[in-house]
Amino acid sequence: MAEIIVVTSGKGGVGKTTSSAAIGTGLALRGHKTVLVDFDVGLRNLDLIMGCERRVVFDLVNVINQEATLNQALIKDKRTEGLFILPASQTRDKDALTVEGVERVLNELSEMFDYIVCDSPAGIEKGAQLALYFADTAIVVTNPEVSSVRDSDRILGVLQSKSRKAEQGGSIREHLLLTRYNPARVQAGEMLSVDDVKDILAIPLLGVIPESEAVLKASNQGQPVVLDKDSDAGQAYLDAIARFLGEEREHRFLDVQRKGLLSRVFGRKG
Amino acid sequence: MGILSYFRTKKQSSASVAKERLQVLVAYERNQRNQPDYLPQMQQEILAVIAKYVDVSVEDVQVNLDEDCSILELNVTLPEAVKG
Repeated sequence: MAEIIVVTSGKGGVGKTTSSAAIGTGLALRGHKTVLVDFDVGLRNLDLIMGCERRVVFDLVNVINQEATLNQALIKDKRTEGLFILPASQTRDKDALTVEGVERVLNELSEMFDYIVCDSPAGIEKGAQLALYFADTAIVVTNPEVSSVRDSDRILGVLQSKSRKAEQGGSIREHLLLTRYNPARVQAGEMLSVDDVKDILAIPLLGVIPESEAVLKASNQGQPVVLDKDSDAGQAYLDAIARFLGEEREHRFLDVQRKGLLSRVFGRKG
Repeated sequence: MGILSYFRTKKQSSASVAKERLQVLVAYERNQRNQPDYLPQMQQEILAVIAKYVDVSVEDVQVNLDEDCSILELNVTLPEAVKG
């Protein structure tokens, strides 16, 4: 039985797909068989971020409609062992997804994988609700910015009332992933701090990903940022994944780093 | 340092303004989330009835339901002119 993880946020553009790609790849790097499922029907982008856009033949909607088998639709990642991608449809809309169809596909995936990472569309409508409905765990991606924090709280409300776990009287495990964090602006009092966001949302912190040039560079190249192991964002994601797997890791990249040339050359602390 | 912090406290940082605004808003929205679905509709209808007699706007009517749904509280702020 696989653990189903939904990467969600409410607001768009906060880094859901980047985070899904990084987390899915990171879990596979740690030896767990993982599938990344794009739920953003009509606006798929996970394929592009993972660099497999030219290998898409069948998609999630084809599998739901039984026009293709799961094995036909799954794309095997060429760089990371044990990682697969199930793309979303680009030509359909979110109404092509049904609860029964999604359940059937997830059940089938569950037999094959250790982790199913669901990349949710933005919003709180049907597409986003279906992406989170069957989840065991939610990773709520938030930027330190008012509208993103508010929308994250909204999506937490949906997780707590409209998921299958909630309907059965249980609850989804919730994790906060703070992305696009800029320590210099936090220090200047211009940006909400980690503690501010934690205070407001009151869910456990999985990780803080610094605003980083490496993210755009990685998506330009169609390669998840965790594969750029020297980058701050890549390391922050790898730390978050280690925490997700139960390891203790101190949070890094929270303070303004004044690194001299020497410390850059002779390795880093922590 | 003392002088510096004196000047610093004068002007609130934009991050702390953001935090305060969020705290108020999120608390309000969480409260609304726990209310029954009929409440907004009911508030509209009560407002429509009151508006037939008095000049009031949406902000002047507040409907609150306590946690276990045993007390319904209705607050209507009437305009100044009506009092006289």
